[in-house]
Amino acid sequence: MRRPKRERFLDGMLHWVGLGATLFGLLVLTVLLVDVSLDGLPRLSWDFLTSYPSRRPEQAGILSALVGSLWLLSLTALIAFPLGVGAAIYLEEYAGRTKWSRWVEINVANLAAVPSIIYGLLGLEIFVRALFAVTNGRSVLSGALTMSLLVLPVIVLASREAIHSVPNSVREAAYALGGTRWQVVRDHVLPLAFPGILTGTILALSRAIGETAPLITIGALTYIAFLPPLSLEGLRTPFTVLPIQIFNWISRPQKGFHVNAAAGILVLLAVLFLMNATAIYLRYRSQRRLEL
Amino acid sequence: MNLATQGTPVGEPYVVEPSEPVAVEVQALSVWYRSFQALADVSFSIPRHRITAVIGPSGCGKSTFIRCLNRMNDLIPEFRMTGDIRLEGARIYEMDPTEVRRRVGMVFQKPNPFPKSIWENIAWGLRINGRRHDLAESVERALRRAALWDEVKDKLHMPATSLSGGQQQRLCIARVLAVEPEVLLLDEPTSSLDPIATARIEDLLIELKDRYTIVIVTHNIQQAARISDYAAFFYLGRLIEFQKTEDLFTRPRCSMTEAYITGRFG
Repeated sequence: MRRPKRERFLDGMLHWVGLGATLFGLLVLTVLLVDVSLDGLPRLSWDFLTSYPSRRPEQAGILSALVGSLWLLSLTALIAFPLGVGAAIYLEEYAGRTKWSRWVEINVANLAAVPSIIYGLLGLEIFVRALFAVTNGRSVLSGALTMSLLVLPVIVLASREAIHSVPNSVREAAYALGGTRWQVVRDHVLPLAFPGILTGTILALSRAIGETAPLITIGALTYIAFLPPLSLEGLRTPFTVLPIQIFNWISRPQKGFHVNAAAGILVLLAVLFLMNATAIYLRYRSQRRLEL
Repeated sequence: MNLATQGTPVGEPYVVEPSEPVAVEVQALSVWYRSFQALADVSFSIPRHRITAVIGPSGCGKSTFIRCLNRMNDLIPEFRMTGDIRLEGARIYEMDPTEVRRRVGMVFQKPNPFPKSIWENIAWGLRINGRRHDLAESVERALRRAALWDEVKDKLHMPATSLSGGQQQRLCIARVLAVEPEVLLLDEPTSSLDPIATARIEDLLIELKDRYTIVIVTHNIQQAARISDYAAFFYLGRLIEFQKTEDLFTRPRCSMTEAYITGRFG
């Protein structure tokens, strides 16, 4: 059958428009990267990574913000991962298709779309003020709890998706052998869903690492000249994170701080890149293990 | 849809009570999925250590029926049933479902080995049923009983998915046998296999009937005639006829059974 000229023309058009749309995003990203690298790369050094912030731009470093970000991220993962995966297991394997589970489902999806500043206000009220006795106010613990609220819906959604995509034939086989619900979930559903859960969690966390608004709301400081001790008490110390440090440097008038900000962005991007690479690697590895 | 109001010309089912020991007794079993009635008033007795074939056209309720025997239907939220099923005299719907499923094993239409090693496929059922002590022995015994040992003994740690379809299905049978059930349910186990793999499974089932009560759903009438001792013919959710396979195929009592086994519909 001969296709009309018009159809073929439209087909070709769509090809080029699609390519253009793809390249546009890449192009903008490249321009940004090149621009930031030109400004920041010369400033990147071991000293920059291991110095505390300072009034003098050439002496200022990113250590407390970098460590703060890593602290915050690990704590958030520690809190949000079990909660999120637990909720997903409950919703997919235990709750069934009831009105109640659909109601929860809709609300979780809505929560994922709530602006982060709202979570900041919630965190300020609950974790900083109401739970002052536990969190000691504007501490890394308050920050992590707030961030956990923020990423929780995303982790729940991603984990549900992953659990849902485990073929039913596997569940049937396991139940037919006399497995209890928990045995089936633990030995068959979770291992198969794990790559998806992991990817979702890491992507949610990489959203958290770039978040600034909720942390400013709960009052993360910008000038931190110490590292929190690695202890429970350390959880209750004030903190700062990379985006806040970058924002602070950019808002200074001195040119030197702008260079620092560019270098800070490169560090942030490197951490992000590392996380995403880890997600891809872990997924690849567990997929290979499962094909065994 | 209610079967009673469909006006299908079904009289009283013709059911012959087996003159041998009974393993499973089904009494007045009716099943609904939401408002759809899938089975209506099914009663018959499944003899111990025999092969009972369940035959009938698509949608006649044969799969629904055997899924009641190991309570697999419990996993479907819309499932509702009345009536009674007894395993060696005990009501299975009053037992712990995991115990029912251990005692009444099931093999599915499509081979569904776990995406793990051959060894793990067998060992899991043993482990969750608390049989860890002689794992290696039990795995070997199960594979031997399923006539698979010689083909896989050198690659127990290879992925189960690397086996052929027929081998996968025999692995699924071995996996069930490992937990030592009393009854073995098979839901069209050979429908996705080639004739040679099918023949091997049929031979295997005949070997296994000395130890297990076997119920096999099949859409393949010749298969039912070849391997079964008793046959139940279902149509539109009703049991139409149940008696010895030989009699059912040579002297069917119901015109519908005759029409089905002679291939006039189905």
